[in-house]
Amino acid sequence: MSEERSENPTPILDSRTRDTLHPPAEPPPGTSAEIRRSVLGMNLLVSFLSVVLALVIGGVLIVISSPEVLSAAFYFFDRPADTFSAIWQTLSSAYSALFQGAIVNLSALSEGDLARAFYPMSESITIASPLIVAGLAVAIPFRAGLFNIGAQGQMTFAAIGGGYVGFALALPAGLHLAASVIMAMVFGAVWAGIAGFLKARTGAHEVITTIMLNYIALYLLSWVLNQDWFQREGRNDPISPILPDTSVFPNLFGLSLRVHAGFLVALVAVGVMWWILNRTTLGFRINTVGANASAARTAGMNVGRTWIVAMLLGGAMAGLAVTMNVNGTDKVVTAGVVGAIGFDAITVALLGRASPFGVLWAGLLFGALRAGGLTMQAQTGTPIDIVLVLQALIVLFIAAPALVRAVFRIRGGSSEAMSLAKGWNG
Amino acid sequence: MQLQLRGMTKSFGDLVANDDISVTIEAGQIHALLGENGAGKSTLMNILYGLLRPDSGEILVDGSPVAFGSPADAIKVGIGMVHQHFMLVPVFTVAQNVELGDERVGPLGFLRTSEAEEAVREVSQRFGLEVDPAAIVEDLPVGIQQRVEIIKALTRDASCLILDEPTAVLTPQETDELLAIIRGLRDSGKSIVLITHKLREVREAADVITVIRRGRVVATAIPPSTSETELAALMVGREVSLTVDRGTSSPEAQTLQVRGLTVYDAADRVVVDDVSFDVRAGEILCIAGVQGNGQTELVEAIMGLQDRVVGEIHVGGTVTSHPETRRMLALGVGYVPEDREEDGLVSTFSLAQNLVLDTISTSRWSRYGIVDYARIDAGARELLAQFDVRARDAYVTAGTLSGGNKQKVVLARELSRDLTVLIAAQPTRGLDVGSIEFVHRRLIEVRDSGVAVLIVSTELDEVCALADRILVMYQGRVAGIVGRDSPRDDLGMLMAGVVPA
Repeated sequence: MSEERSENPTPILDSRTRDTLHPPAEPPPGTSAEIRRSVLGMNLLVSFLSVVLALVIGGVLIVISSPEVLSAAFYFFDRPADTFSAIWQTLSSAYSALFQGAIVNLSALSEGDLARAFYPMSESITIASPLIVAGLAVAIPFRAGLFNIGAQGQMTFAAIGGGYVGFALALPAGLHLAASVIMAMVFGAVWAGIAGFLKARTGAHEVITTIMLNYIALYLLSWVLNQDWFQREGRNDPISPILPDTSVFPNLFGLSLRVHAGFLVALVAVGVMWWILNRTTLGFRINTVGANASAARTAGMNVGRTWIVAMLLGGAMAGLAVTMNVNGTDKVVTAGVVGAIGFDAITVALLGRASPFGVLWAGLLFGALRAGGLTMQAQTGTPIDIVLVLQALIVLFIAAPALVRAVFRIRGGSSEAMSLAKGWNG
Repeated sequence: MQLQLRGMTKSFGDLVANDDISVTIEAGQIHALLGENGAGKSTLMNILYGLLRPDSGEILVDGSPVAFGSPADAIKVGIGMVHQHFMLVPVFTVAQNVELGDERVGPLGFLRTSEAEEAVREVSQRFGLEVDPAAIVEDLPVGIQQRVEIIKALTRDASCLILDEPTAVLTPQETDELLAIIRGLRDSGKSIVLITHKLREVREAADVITVIRRGRVVATAIPPSTSETELAALMVGREVSLTVDRGTSSPEAQTLQVRGLTVYDAADRVVVDDVSFDVRAGEILCIAGVQGNGQTELVEAIMGLQDRVVGEIHVGGTVTSHPETRRMLALGVGYVPEDREEDGLVSTFSLAQNLVLDTISTSRWSRYGIVDYARIDAGARELLAQFDVRARDAYVTAGTLSGGNKQKVVLARELSRDLTVLIAAQPTRGLDVGSIEFVHRRLIEVRDSGVAVLIVSTELDEVCALADRILVMYQGRVAGIVGRDSPRDDLGMLMAGVVPA
């Protein structure tokens, strides 16, 4: 039992003795394995408190960067009340703008203007849709023990295939959209599958290969956007033709709100991925390989093939994610069609603890922060960069659960301590 | 030096590892602490060595109380410890290892290694511990490495030596040598604490035995007047039978045949060298040998878990030269891996999931790739009851179970399939006596149901208790295949690579 040796200092051993007494885990747990353990072992409370803590620290940043507060603080010792009221003013207006810009515009609601009242929510959902699906692209390989940094590249590559089918073919409505979306998913899967195949066959670390594939996809898209068969006629800048209505997600609530049917597809993707992970033998294998690859091997599972399949699934999700922009909000392929969604997706997957429904909530939260941040900047002058800081802080706290526990004085967390210890000893 | 522990209590969370333990260790005495894994022996010794602080209780050296904040304090008082896992730097020489942490340096900070070598030579002569001070530690056999650990303690003038499971990695011969060394140290006035769960050694060497069970001292015994059976009963808390009621075997057709199996490791070394043997249905073949002589690799090769394998394996009528894990499982080979924590179970999975780990894709548990969890749960409940796994329900994670219960889960999974061959590597390592009994009984039952059983064990007692035939491995080769009633001394010699006359 652990009690028997847990308190011994790290033993320095003869290599033979060590190998026989503690056979090395296979594959050796690298950084991604450690991150994986701490992410999956994390509890919901810590995720929630991380968000709260980030909002608190974000508040401090908003306050100290506010000119009103600074000028009031200048004569703090004469009239301290001024400083405090300035702090309150700044904070409440910033966070109120953040809320109203993310969820619902209260003044428009009281006026009965529903389109304007729910415009913020529509924006949040529109921004969240690709984030959610891209989050799945990171989360599913994660469950198999792979750290897919390449959602960005997979989305980029998928934009080429899906976009081309979207603008170049002439198909009936519905069928055209389906063909474009499926092509994007296939392209995404192929791009991710390369990394999965390299991992399974040669052991090449997926973090490195996916990062490199990101670059290749990025420059491939730039090149394609300058080719006659892809560039919009009569344009010199890198931009594709506009997608016809037949290959575009219809808007859900008319033209004044941007939210489109892609969101419903995202919800279905979340449900399907949950079902695959929790109800199929494939999901069982993915989870087993991720939790303990050597036990999976001993149980006769093909670890390499499972890695490839998990990457294919993830890549398909990345492809689906980019259609939210290509066939949804943008209706065109540009060099910036992916934005940084593929990287934000890593954060979303971590916050969502690599579970499909967790990813859904995390994606909605990030979409809301982004939409609210825009309003906050417009109304109060608080820079939207603060939203990026908030996101970074959330992830930072999630990565250090012991810190969050210490701040809020929560007991427990033995599982984290254990996983950390395990990561150290291998 | 007389060492007294009074009212030692130490708890980890809800677990009381030491509950009011009092022990007195007299000078010139070998004092054995006997107890099962998890009984609290190591906790007690870690307190004594300054690695842990007790919640309450005191330590007295020659009647006066002392407090240890760190091992350095304990060493100063004259307590030396030889850990179960050696604390040596493999690439250093014996002398460098001995001086480590207590280096003698010259005026400019240079090491005076010659002085250290002299000190090693002096100590090894005084106590009859032969070792070359200039030898590199990793080139030395395990038994000699242990000697280095003992010398290390003695050069720091230890008058009380604690040995934690010292014989776990030794051959029978090395064990005898160690016990002789310990006796010599005792006769020169040192007090020795021997932590072990091996009854035979305790009866052979100890002057006084303190039996610990669940963190409490349950008895103090003097060896000649206490039998092994009595000691086992004290250790476990109930009557245990040390012999397995094995009945007679009725071997039939040859079920598992291994021909010319050779395994290379990643560094291109031959770790299993041209091994051939048969196991017949209804018999148990035990592979004996000191840890690290190729047994692990041999079994993994049969299961398709080694990459570079040459040779043939016959299971039933099927011949394969490139075994594949999935195929071997499908042929009805059950496998209990040596490292159950790492290879046998997924500790974050529920028991129900672990019980179907290698059968999830069969029509029993899934159809068209869709898992029938209701059926798995029902099957799990049945198996857990049948194999007496002590767990709240089938949904607790495997990591929360004790070692014995974990092994029962692995056994339950493997034995719930239709088997023709069962391969069990170190099936009782680290288990408590009660679980060992259970596992042994099951293994005999499997044999009697007509399965060919292959067991790898480094415990000679276990080998002798279970085997119908014994294969001894030494340095990757078959040193000999002998009947179950061959003398222990012969087995010991085979394990050391010597063919008995």
